[in-house]
Amino acid sequence: MSGYVSARERGFRTAASRWRSAGARLDRFAGAVFILPAVLVILAFSIFPLLASLYVSLARLSFSEGGVELKFVGFDNYAKLLVGIDHVHFLGLAGPLTPVSVAVLLAGAALIAFWLYRYSRDQARSVGGFAGRIVVALGAGTLLWLVVTTVMSSGRPGTLVVTVVYVGVDVTVQYLLGLGLALLVVQHLPGRRFFRVVFLLPMMITPVGVAYLFRMLTDTSKGPLYPLWVRFGLTDVSWVTNPWGARLAVMIGDVWQWTPFIFIVLLAAIETLPHELVEAAVVDGANRWQVFWRITFPLILPASSTVVLIRLIEGFKIVDLPNVLTNGGPGTATESLTLHAYTIWRALDIGGSAAVAYMLLIVVTFVGVSYVNLFRRRVTAMA
Amino acid sequence: MRRYLANAAVLVLGAVAIAACSSGGTNTSSNQKFSGTTVRVVTFTGPQIAEPLQRRAPDFEKLTGAKVQVITVPFSDLYQKILTDFATKTNSYDAMVFDPQWMGDYVPPGYLEDLTGRVQSDSSLQWNDIAPFFRDFSATFKGKVYTIPLDGDFQMVYYRTDLLQKDGLKPPETWDDYISIAQHYQGKDLNGDGRADYGSCWAMKRSAQSYWMWLSVAASFLQSQGTKQGAFFNTNDMQPLTNNAAAAAALNIYKTLSKLGPPDQLNNDVGDSRGLFVGGRCALSLDWGDIGTLAIDTTQSKVIDKVGAVILPGSKKVLDRSTGQLTDCNPTLCPYAVNGVNHAPFAAFGGWSGAINKASSAKVKDAAFAFLSYMSAPAQSNVDVTIGKTGFNPYRTSQFSNLDVWTKAGMSSQAANNYLGAIKDSLQSPNMVLDLRIPQTAYYQQTSLDTALAQFLAGELGTQATMAQITSQWNKKTDEIGRQSQLDLYKASLSVTK
Repeated sequence: MSGYVSARERGFRTAASRWRSAGARLDRFAGAVFILPAVLVILAFSIFPLLASLYVSLARLSFSEGGVELKFVGFDNYAKLLVGIDHVHFLGLAGPLTPVSVAVLLAGAALIAFWLYRYSRDQARSVGGFAGRIVVALGAGTLLWLVVTTVMSSGRPGTLVVTVVYVGVDVTVQYLLGLGLALLVVQHLPGRRFFRVVFLLPMMITPVGVAYLFRMLTDTSKGPLYPLWVRFGLTDVSWVTNPWGARLAVMIGDVWQWTPFIFIVLLAAIETLPHELVEAAVVDGANRWQVFWRITFPLILPASSTVVLIRLIEGFKIVDLPNVLTNGGPGTATESLTLHAYTIWRALDIGGSAAVAYMLLIVVTFVGVSYVNLFRRRVTAMA
Repeated sequence: MRRYLANAAVLVLGAVAIAACSSGGTNTSSNQKFSGTTVRVVTFTGPQIAEPLQRRAPDFEKLTGAKVQVITVPFSDLYQKILTDFATKTNSYDAMVFDPQWMGDYVPPGYLEDLTGRVQSDSSLQWNDIAPFFRDFSATFKGKVYTIPLDGDFQMVYYRTDLLQKDGLKPPETWDDYISIAQHYQGKDLNGDGRADYGSCWAMKRSAQSYWMWLSVAASFLQSQGTKQGAFFNTNDMQPLTNNAAAAAALNIYKTLSKLGPPDQLNNDVGDSRGLFVGGRCALSLDWGDIGTLAIDTTQSKVIDKVGAVILPGSKKVLDRSTGQLTDCNPTLCPYAVNGVNHAPFAAFGGWSGAINKASSAKVKDAAFAFLSYMSAPAQSNVDVTIGKTGFNPYRTSQFSNLDVWTKAGMSSQAANNYLGAIKDSLQSPNMVLDLRIPQTAYYQQTSLDTALAQFLAGELGTQATMAQITSQWNKKTDEIGRQSQLDLYKASLSVTK
């Protein structure tokens, strides 16, 4: 009987080999098949809205019987923001240059030029890297120009500059405070567990709640701080009706709310540092500052750079605080880019609103990508 | 047998009586013709306006079986929330209580139910008792009725009768008078609590209802030839009337008044200015009818029977549209002037009015109409307009003629006469200024004008720059929508029955 293969068995074998080849073919596509749902989800929820809103930003929406009409208007909505009727609102009003502002501009330009020069002497330089740096230099130069001519003179900052100021000041102060608090809490101080929880509380509160809280606190004619204002004779002074006073109030609120986020991340980073390094340094006679500056700080740089990146991106989207605290006022003093888009959207100028949102996207992407390429990648590589 | 028949007759009669009784009972339940129906009503976050709707919804449910769900959104979001809901066919609201100025955007695309037939045939609504102006401006668009008015709006000036009487001052006739009275009281203690109080309290907050206050000032400089002249655009070419000596004068008054009030006046909404006034902290204020009724609210008012109301102050100089300059009033230029003062009472907003979503089901639409009609019917409305927290102000003829309504609510008859007199003076003025009611009114006023005024008060823009900004933005919007169509609609909106 050996060697005899029935017709039936042959049939099975052919079928099996056919299945195997089909399986092999499927194997080749398995990666694509498994990844497809995720890709579809991203397409549906991320790419499609992005493209749709890009189209909306190039159109004007009107309501007609039975629905809405989108009329293509080219770059009209962007032109309104950059050179048209809304450009002062968006970019601000440049004042005449003063000696101080000229000095700051020159210093900034020199710094950017030096940075480019240094890269051109770098061994690891490349054409791509240089092109990228030129773009960053142009972007940073433009932002610096806008900030200096609208803030450091008799001009008036637009929503773009106000947002950049919010992000710059907020993230810096939040980082310094968060780092300080984290360093304090890792000390073996009494009640440190309690403070660890207390420091986290502001982050848990809804931003609108924080805004209402600060609205009460900044009201000098009533509110919980009223006795304090009376004592200092400040009941007739309203700091939220002064442009910089109101911006300061918004920034204090944001710092109060988001410092805990940086605090908790840095605390985790500091607590996982190896003790041996610090102990060895102490044995070698390093003082506290040297331990912090030479050991702790470099070791938590990767975590720091990540948390700063997250806060940078989040910071650009600030809307709740200025909206509830001052409704963007006095005038447009506290209006951020998102609030600017929201104000336009409220009058159902959807195209104009989408254009502002796209400008915000461009700025955030520019800042984020520059930060990752120039700073974060280097820091994480060092670590 | 006869006795048997008699017994049978009694039984039959009894049965008939029981049947009649029970059919009476059935009648009650058949009155509940909207049982199982839910009406979703959207309006702005109160407490005013939403309060009476929420308070009366359970009573309405008991009467008709219809459940009324009141959804509230902030005022600055209401316009686009409703419009987006319609446009995206989400239709999550069956009825909406809104600013009738927005009809220009809601009616042409066919979002609102035509109520013309219904209001005429509903006897309990007493349609003809609603003052003709509100039936026309707040309810009618291109000859058809789309809303039921629930509120009547005019801006007026309120003053403290006790203070002015004591100091021998007369209520302000012109805006100059207003400023000098405000200056007189600024920084003085007006309620005896030892704290410095304010000459005038206005709502000047951005993204709120402040721009109407400025329009109230500008009105008397801008319009002098009667209602049909209009105060927003030139009726020949739709050029905005926002860049001339009249607008500049109104801006300067506005700026002066921003400094004759509480320190954070720029951050005050109408709720704040009303609270300050009825708390006795202000000598003057500008508001709709609300302060009049809030002042008699024993739970919060410290100025009961100490409040007077007058028609909006006027001006002795008005805009000469041919030159763009202010010119002294003369009989030709100001035919309706009183003592040489041109008053132009401003029907700001028009009054909260209820409309129905055309896309809702027939039964829900019936229930929604029944609810709005119930809210507006004199039995309910005559009470609600006397309560400060409702935000509803008088709009029915019977509410102006029947003093009992007001004295029952706690107003002295003198105060009631004074309050209703100021509204009547405004309503009957041949030079009353109508609010804007053209497509994208929300952009012209709520976005463009509001932002520019806020920037002006904050010192971001000077007088000329403010006027130039408003004018260029209004012109751009007019051109985007179509100058001729906007002009036609603007001119049509100026023809109202009063």
